[in-house]
Amino acid sequence: MAYIAIADRDAPIHDPHTFFRKYIWSQDHKVIAIQYSIVAIFVGLVALVLSGLMRLQLGFPEQFHFVDPSHYLQFITMHGMIMVIYLLTALFLGGFGNYLIPLMCGARDMVFPYMNMVSFWVYLLAVLVLLSSFFVPGGPTGAGWTLYPPQAVLTGTPGSGLGIVLMLVSLGIFIIAFTMGGLNYVTTVLQARCKGMTLMRMPLSVWGIFMATILGLLAFPALLVSAVMMTLDGTLGTSFFMPAISSMGENPGYSGGSPLLFQHLFWFFGHPEVYIVALPAFGIVSDLLSTHARKNIFGYRMMVWAILAIGGLSFVVWAHHMYVSGMNPYFGFFFATTTLIIAVPTAIKVYNWVLTLWKGDIHLTVPMLFAIGFIFTFVHGGLTGLFLGNVTVDLPLSDTYFVVGHFHMVMGVSPILVVFGAIYHWYPKITGRMWDEKLGKLHFWFTFLGTYAIYLPMHYLGILGVPRRYYALGDTAFLPDSVHSINAAITIAALIVAAAQVIFLYNMIVSLRKGAKAPPNPWKATTLEWQTPDTPPHHGNWGPKLPVVHRWAYDYSVPGAKDDFIPQNVPVDPTLGGGRDHGVHH
Amino acid sequence: MSNTAIVVALLVGVAVWFAVASRLTAKPWENREQPGDVGAIHTAPARIGLWIFMAVVTSLFALFLSAYSMRMHQSVGWCHLTIPNILWVNTLVLLAASVAMQLASSAVGRGSRRFAQAALIAGGGLSIAFLAGQMLAWQAVGPSLYFIQGSPAIAFFYVLTIAHGLHLIGGLYVLGRASLRFAGGAELIDLRQSLSLCAIYWHFLLLVWLAVFGVLLFL
Repeated sequence: MAYIAIADRDAPIHDPHTFFRKYIWSQDHKVIAIQYSIVAIFVGLVALVLSGLMRLQLGFPEQFHFVDPSHYLQFITMHGMIMVIYLLTALFLGGFGNYLIPLMCGARDMVFPYMNMVSFWVYLLAVLVLLSSFFVPGGPTGAGWTLYPPQAVLTGTPGSGLGIVLMLVSLGIFIIAFTMGGLNYVTTVLQARCKGMTLMRMPLSVWGIFMATILGLLAFPALLVSAVMMTLDGTLGTSFFMPAISSMGENPGYSGGSPLLFQHLFWFFGHPEVYIVALPAFGIVSDLLSTHARKNIFGYRMMVWAILAIGGLSFVVWAHHMYVSGMNPYFGFFFATTTLIIAVPTAIKVYNWVLTLWKGDIHLTVPMLFAIGFIFTFVHGGLTGLFLGNVTVDLPLSDTYFVVGHFHMVMGVSPILVVFGAIYHWYPKITGRMWDEKLGKLHFWFTFLGTYAIYLPMHYLGILGVPRRYYALGDTAFLPDSVHSINAAITIAALIVAAAQVIFLYNMIVSLRKGAKAPPNPWKATTLEWQTPDTPPHHGNWGPKLPVVHRWAYDYSVPGAKDDFIPQNVPVDPTLGGGRDHGVHH
Repeated sequence: MSNTAIVVALLVGVAVWFAVASRLTAKPWENREQPGDVGAIHTAPARIGLWIFMAVVTSLFALFLSAYSMRMHQSVGWCHLTIPNILWVNTLVLLAASVAMQLASSAVGRGSRRFAQAALIAGGGLSIAFLAGQMLAWQAVGPSLYFIQGSPAIAFFYVLTIAHGLHLIGGLYVLGRASLRFAGGAELIDLRQSLSLCAIYWHFLLLVWLAVFGVLLFL
């Protein structure tokens, strides 16, 4: 292997020179990160278009005849699955994980670069298999992103033939890709940190990605198990999940299977999945807030412990997604309790973000706007989660737009705001160019206010009893007329937000060529990735010598220091110290 | 559900150990120099990678077995599987393969090339014999789709043995690569890690098989 992953370079390393080796079949974590990100953003845009089509139908029913009921269900399913797994999971871990872990930990690359490369190509295969289901007879599955049996494999559901099989196969391939990537991320964090980079000196971005990867490695097998068994039910006619059932007047021959078993397996994966998406966002937003408020993160240790606690607790709350499936009341009590307990470490994180801003030297840069926007959307989404975590409140609300509003705020908009903030933050390092600030701010305000215009009214719709997953409401007597006008307004807002993403894409693409040249450390940040000898960093990241870390990642505005930041690789000056507690005896 | 609970308990245990072992109470803002602290674990990446992979596979099989027990308890008319006798033989064969892998690994450590060669051939051969034995077991439980559709116990038997077998085939691929290097005259010292990791993986797959077999027998 042409890499020395963790050592200083004594001898020249043969870097790849051909275009193919450098940018396509590349083992460089930075290139793989960009490949992952581009594919993830591409499928994300597909899912965004699908949501626009759904909104057209919901806002203006019977106006757009190309969205029929079957298509609507297929759009819902593909939108949900793509956004959660193929966009957010892949982008946070495959994209940001790949880019940031080696750079922030002071490594030359991932410890298994070849496997890292294969991970991307297998991910691409998973995406292609998924998208191919749009072109097969019957189209993609319309079973809903939760793919609940028995309906997922019965003929009444759109895409019950090839569509569902391709979905399950694609998920299986994705899990293989993720496992290869995940082994890399965890092993690199554990094994390839540079000298002085103790675990407790790692930036919170790395902590969040690290813990999310562990969750993914342990939770994705549950999805694999359910996907394998459901594929067998659908193709070979086994009865793992399928009960004795009559479908469209015929007996498909199943007997004795347990749909509830699928739900347990699915949510044993599905709930940690929420945190697989949220923990990297938590970590990254901590670093954005601290850097752009020029202040150390408040309660670093608490932040780390909260990440670990949330990771552990996320495995014992899964059945709160199944209250309406019916369960022993004591189980409901147990899962409601654990669900509310997980709010404690999460709330600690929110308080700490706000306290980080308190008396900070806040720079309202574009990444900072997105980070602060995240605090708002996350608090709103989190608070409605407290409602839904209670069995008695969840039962009437579960099948309404309240839930749609809740989870889009908490795990749709919030992580996406962090994704945008993170892209704006690291773009100068990744590309060596600056983006246009005016366009960035315009993009922020459209996205932030626009998403509120979409999701806040959904809570009211839910309380009014508007059911989710319905293709059309028709003349439902118990719903006032205002429901229809709210739905139309939401659709208009959604289309505006979707269109506003063109500003972002334009800004990112045009700045690649026309953006001003970026200085090596435009945000005056302390973490290692900003201290590389080259911008963008070259193959091997650090030139001949690996960095040595002398301090934590948050030495901002240290009293007495020359600048308002001290990078992690600057030695401690015995006359000055550098830590905020310098001279204080504990 | 109990299997799932055990997995969760294990996870929590690992997390607590991790927290204690990695000094998560350090106060990094105090900026005390920590001389000689490389931070990273002084273990080869491949070894750490293997242990993490084994954790993932443990999770996979714990969930399969969890599903098996829940499916059994949640349905009426579950027919128990008649365990084919050949599975006892297969278990012994896999045990022998595991021992052979251990012997190969220690022979390479000692520098004994001839012994290592014999043990490697034995380990690989016994593993293939195990896979062949599993296929005979399929013949015994019900070789056609008719049985697989009719009995969830038989369907689970297929799924579990195939999942286990695929992991063993993955191991054989890695072992095959190491064996080619061995046959090509690679220095024993360069093969030490590969074979030691193979041995660990074989012991692990033996444990997984014992767990699967135990659940099939006793649940």
